[in-house]
Amino acid sequence: MRVKWYVPYLFVLPALALVVCILYYPVVQNIYTSFFATTAFSSNPRFIGLDNYIELFSDVEVLTALRNNIYYAITCLIFQCGGGLLLAILMESKPVRKIAGVYRTIYYIPSVISMTAACLLWKFIYQSRGGMVNEILAAVGLQSLQHAWLGEAGTAIWAIIAMAQWQFMGYYCMLLCVGIQKVPDDMYESAEIDGATEWQKARYITIPSIKETILVCTLIDVIGCLKVFTEVYVMTLGGPGYASHTIGTLLYQNAFIYNRMGYAAAMGTMMFILIFVISLLQLKLSGSGKQ
Amino acid sequence: MRKKGRSASYYIRNTIFVLVLTLIAIIILVPMLWGVLNSFKTNREFYSNSFGLPAEWLFSNYSTAWEAGIQDYMVNSFIVTGVSTLLICLVSSLAAYSLARFNFKAKNVIFYLILGGLMVSEYCIIVPIYNMFAAVGLRDTHAALYLAYLTLQTPFSVFLMRSYFLSMPKEIEEAAYIDGCNVLEIFFKIVVPIGKPIIFSAALIAAVACWNEFMFALVFIDTQSLMTIPLGLQTFQGQFRTNWSVTLAACVISSLPLLIAFLTAQKQFVRGLSAGSVKE
Repeated sequence: MRVKWYVPYLFVLPALALVVCILYYPVVQNIYTSFFATTAFSSNPRFIGLDNYIELFSDVEVLTALRNNIYYAITCLIFQCGGGLLLAILMESKPVRKIAGVYRTIYYIPSVISMTAACLLWKFIYQSRGGMVNEILAAVGLQSLQHAWLGEAGTAIWAIIAMAQWQFMGYYCMLLCVGIQKVPDDMYESAEIDGATEWQKARYITIPSIKETILVCTLIDVIGCLKVFTEVYVMTLGGPGYASHTIGTLLYQNAFIYNRMGYAAAMGTMMFILIFVISLLQLKLSGSGKQ
Repeated sequence: MRKKGRSASYYIRNTIFVLVLTLIAIIILVPMLWGVLNSFKTNREFYSNSFGLPAEWLFSNYSTAWEAGIQDYMVNSFIVTGVSTLLICLVSSLAAYSLARFNFKAKNVIFYLILGGLMVSEYCIIVPIYNMFAAVGLRDTHAALYLAYLTLQTPFSVFLMRSYFLSMPKEIEEAAYIDGCNVLEIFFKIVVPIGKPIIFSAALIAAVACWNEFMFALVFIDTQSLMTIPLGLQTFQGQFRTNWSVTLAACVISSLPLLIAFLTAQKQFVRGLSAGSVKE
């Protein structure tokens, strides 16, 4: 098929223009802004060099937020990727497979209900009076364990993290199930003839065969955990104090509430670098894993 | 004897598997059912007995929620999601087709430029985009959301569709070309119909993302009558601070569209999911 030389360019132009103007240009602009002390629509931003970045690493709120993001990521890796993998293996084991569809659907449902709705629901679940968690604790005689889950500095971020496990474990489980279904059946059949146990099949066939999928899952998961925003914003607004802030909510607060655009831009740049490095690192690891 | 022993352990094993799976299913379902149950109660009943069935099923909580703003948010969400998804599909399929079928000089550079967009996080662009859109008068308009969502979703959609278009046979297009069709005719009359499955999957993924997007909506939209559901619910919670049951009813209503979409088009959901996450 022969077309005029410019036709292919016309086809990609809209996508390319959008990506360049609304993704790449802002990234550059953001890095530039991060060297200034400035407010929104300020006509005279003051150049302060690296001061915003220096402040980042001595700001106890930023460090708390970063710590919360790390807690988030570690927990999600264990329960969403690890737990999801375990459940996917159980589901795809021979006779269970026939009824696994029901479980997959149920597990996946929380991830399609609106994020804000799920957050509000869990806000009620965590209420100190009448909330589901405290009611259950009372019912089994564990009143001493009751907390104002979202209102105490020690529990707030963990309460949010727990909710995230409930919401997205099924998503990763589904992804991993799809991966396992692509493993050819005869590999399992010959293993069965050799008398392999379920554990051996999982360890020596399933997991090595879906290594790529597992890696992609961990990548999406970690990046998602760094980007956490809605959950914290809706459930605690970062409180009590700044105990449950994540970088996302802190950035929002600095940019649009405290009107410290330069400082927020510095946080944005930090996030950009973090996510970029993690993506590269994981890609690299997956490459070396293949050999 | 030996066979019998093996099959006994086999049954025990499967029973344990199913029990574990069922336990997790219960843990996942209970919070949702608890929420739905309490959305039918009076506020007082909620405090006194949140686990029991409601004394009277208050469907009025739902109509209260609906009239107190959810209907507007729902309409806005449908508009924003619909327009954004349509634009995403159009822009991405054109780009993906070009990148899959034609040979041109800057092809690889352009492909990696678009793909690289996947690595850019919202946080790194929100401050400049806010200033940029505000400067051209896009603050507090749906257009700001269309543009933002379109740009954020395009790289992934292009990636998804391109690999599918690459795997499609060229012959039909070639034949149509010989019959005198121009490129646009070929694209809309042949490529789009054949590529429907992947376009649909990409549309679903984009639609879910747009429907649930919170931060950009929060930053750009101030007027209550323009709010989408995620943002509207957040406002709703302040408005009905004292009435939990109505807020829960609002949550249930807001979750229904996607839930129904998922339950009816599960296959397409899963295909998009796996096509996008597992590189071929």
